[in-house]
Amino acid sequence: MMRYLIPLFAFMVLAAFLLVGLTLNPRQVPSPLIDKPAPVFQLNHLHEPDKVMASGDNLGKVWLLNVWASWCVACRDEHPLLVQLANSGIVPIYGLNYKDERTTAMQWLKRYGDPYTISIVDSDGKVGINYGVYGVPETYVIDKNGIIRHKQIGPVTVESLEKTIIPLIIELQKQA
Amino acid sequence: MFRDHNQHDWALCQLKRANGIVIFLFLIFIIPSLAWSKEAIPVAEDPEIEKRMLALTMDLRCLVCQNESIADSRAEFSNDIRREIREQIKANKNDQEIIQFLVDRYGDFVLYNPPMKPTTILLWFGPVALFIIGFGSLIIYLRRRRRQIEDVPLSEAQLKKAEALLNENKGKDL
Repeated sequence: MMRYLIPLFAFMVLAAFLLVGLTLNPRQVPSPLIDKPAPVFQLNHLHEPDKVMASGDNLGKVWLLNVWASWCVACRDEHPLLVQLANSGIVPIYGLNYKDERTTAMQWLKRYGDPYTISIVDSDGKVGINYGVYGVPETYVIDKNGIIRHKQIGPVTVESLEKTIIPLIIELQKQA
Repeated sequence: MFRDHNQHDWALCQLKRANGIVIFLFLIFIIPSLAWSKEAIPVAEDPEIEKRMLALTMDLRCLVCQNESIADSRAEFSNDIRREIREQIKANKNDQEIIQFLVDRYGDFVLYNPPMKPTTILLWFGPVALFIIGFGSLIIYLRRRRRQIEDVPLSEAQLKKAEALLNENKGKDL
């Protein structure tokens, strides 16, 4: 009896590992920046290039930093959701326009709608490196103390918004 | 006559072939140089920096195309990281600082050589543990089997029978 049970058991363990492996996404590399202070930046606005936004300007509120670009196809998928979220007034969204052309970026926003309180320009991607950006779009949830609480790699979806991002934002907004 | 004709044909053919070769050479060597006569962009201003950058990026993973090192990858991401590393080398940062800079931002996943940590113990010692388990089981199995296979001496009758069979064959074969 045992001689049949042992291979069966070994097979089941192997199958369980493989099954779990199927649900993992190798593209989603956990960020070491979670629960760490958001990297400091000072960047020019997209629409008004003489104005500068600093990362410290948002201390005291929960905000989203959405990394986007007009060349990014997946950004178009998530964009209607961001517009909706911005209209709902739950949370301000700031856009990090990543390695893009100013004019095409502005045209893109005109065409697909502008959910951003402010869009800032990271033309050479240096701030992107500090935030550990490797696949646009990416979205960071940053709390009142300027700590990164969540990173969404790839486009936000209805599911990720409803299950993770919005509950987290509401939770963070309650905190002092 | 026939031969002559043939030779003439052969010469003509050679001539044609030579012509063909000239045209071919012209096509492969001259035309491209006419079309793309732009000067090659220098790979890097400072070969020393490039050497260090390459040595570093060999062991770093490109997060966009995960089976490529940053040194090999032509992804935009790798271009940016290479540029960043060049700048940091110019700023007199040492290799350790540069690697730490990237690990702080992208995590241990950028390293092809993962560090020894509680979370990576299975990764480091898993294969050795599996080998020891496998080898141990094999030894135990072999020992047990040896114990089971006992030498059963043949009885007198069996020996005689075997001898008879052997003798029977001896005569036939030779």
